[in-house]
Amino acid sequence: MNVLSVTGLVKEYGGKRVLDGVDLEVAEGEVVALIGASGSGKSTLLRCVNLLEDIDDGQVFLLGRDVSDPRVDPDLARRDMGVVFQAYNLFPHMTVLDNITLAPRVVHGVPPAEATATAMDLLTRVGLADRATAYPDRLSGGQQQRVALARALAYDPKLLLLDEITSALDPELVGEVLALVREIAAAGRTILMATHEMGFARQVADRICFLDGGRVVESGPAAQVLGNPEQPRTREFLRRVIDAGRLQDPRPDRGGRV
Amino acid sequence: MTSDLQRERLAYRRSRARRSTLVALASTVVFAAAVWFGVTGAPGWPRVRDSFFDWRVALRSLPAVAGGLWLNVRVLVVCEVAVLVLALLVAAARTLRGPVWFPLRALSTAYVDLFRGLPLLICLYLVGFGLPGLRLSGVPTDPVVLGGIALVLVYSAYVAEVFRAGIESVHPSQVAAARSLGLDHRRTLRLVVLPQAVRRVLPALLNDFVALQKDCGLISVLGAVDAVRAAQIESSLAYDFTPYVVAGLLFVLLAVPSGRLADRVARRAARRQGAL
Ligand SMILES: Nc1ncnc2c1ncn2[C@@H]1O[C@H](COP(=O)(O)OP(=O)(O)OP(=O)(O)O)[C@@H](O)[C@H]1O
Ligand SMILES: [Mg+2]
Repeated sequence: MNVLSVTGLVKEYGGKRVLDGVDLEVAEGEVVALIGASGSGKSTLLRCVNLLEDIDDGQVFLLGRDVSDPRVDPDLARRDMGVVFQAYNLFPHMTVLDNITLAPRVVHGVPPAEATATAMDLLTRVGLADRATAYPDRLSGGQQQRVALARALAYDPKLLLLDEITSALDPELVGEVLALVREIAAAGRTILMATHEMGFARQVADRICFLDGGRVVESGPAAQVLGNPEQPRTREFLRRVIDAGRLQDPRPDRGGRV
Repeated sequence: MTSDLQRERLAYRRSRARRSTLVALASTVVFAAAVWFGVTGAPGWPRVRDSFFDWRVALRSLPAVAGGLWLNVRVLVVCEVAVLVLALLVAAARTLRGPVWFPLRALSTAYVDLFRGLPLLICLYLVGFGLPGLRLSGVPTDPVVLGGIALVLVYSAYVAEVFRAGIESVHPSQVAAARSLGLDHRRTLRLVVLPQAVRRVLPALLNDFVALQKDCGLISVLGAVDAVRAAQIESSLAYDFTPYVVAGLLFVLLAVPSGRLADRVARRAARRQGAL
């Protein structure tokens, strides 16, 4: 059974169709990367999956259940998803530890001691155990995103949604965050991520979906979509990406940028 | 070791600082003297001095006026708590989305519009004389309680707007982050939005409370024997305005610590904002 299955998803903003019938599936343990030009609707798709937006047509199935049914409580459905956005993830008035334990304690009813123990394990994994009592504004952007990843994993979600989590970072901080995502992916987590980092997508993603004109235009194994795309529009997009220096060489025998 | 250059710079800065202090001192003395001679040289000064600044009257009226002020302080504390609670509820009601909440949203908007525009004195008269006039059972008749109600009604409308400004200043991504963690609207507001909002508007909030502090003296118009009313009584006994000056000074003294506190909080908030 697929962890996530999206069929015919439509989303409009003020009469403008941003998503125009998106079909997408993410199997258990799979890492799927969403690529596409700025404004192609990657964030919108992730927000619709997380039920942060009311959708205008189509269905979203999470673990086989139609969560786009208005009778489904979105707060319950969100408990199976962890999300990290581009920026402003962490709550500035809470310590790193409180940020991570908030959802387990308040939403999932985990006893505080247990939530703290889990959080400290996670912080150790992301290499920030010594910053547990710090406030977010005392951390670098890269450290903040690593804490946000730890927070999203704290209640063991079935699906992790990542929305360009490195695009607001200084270049020298991108690597540490991507390394952590790679580790999380290797541990078998199911991930749907929007990204501009093509080299990283090629290395980590099992599958890449190219979003254009409100639809998934092309979808397939990473090496194939980036190295040998079938659709002219995908080729056009990748050519512009290479010109912009975001992908050094798409062919599998050469190193891509991480 | 400091270089000669740096030593020379420090010496120059010190001499500049000494000069500024001297200039400030001199101008203060000149200004104070000008005001003093201007006032005491006025043709009506002897009469004003006798009827506003009579030491014996001041001492005699002090116990009664200070006793009245104690009532003001108690009213103030109770009103501040009530204003905080009511204003938070109104501000929270205005954040509710969806048609189900329309009546509550509309009601709180109407409340703010009404009581922000209504002069406090008129609200005091309406509540103080109108409410008991209805002769409903259970409606308080104590002027202190009625005055407190009027103060809370007017100030909550202001403070609710302060809270709302704070709520709207919290980045929308913070709400999205909270909701994506599974927090419902109420918990998102209580645990994520309000703590950040309150921190941001704390200086404005304290400022409103300093204003409330002095407006507490207006409950005297309903007949409550507070500092202002006590001064009025003393004044008519002595045929002298000095008790009013005493009451005024006591209110000012009361406001100084809260004013300083508001300044400190504002400065700290500004520093924090700059650090971010
Ligand atoms: N709340 C909104 N109201 C109106 N229009 C919106 C809203 N959110 C997004 N849009 C529009 O929807 C389109 C898709 O936006 P979206 O943020 O999903 O793109 P994206 O693929 O994530 O882009 P980027 O790569 O720049 O993050 C854009 O044209 C944007 O202007
Ligand atoms: Mg986006």
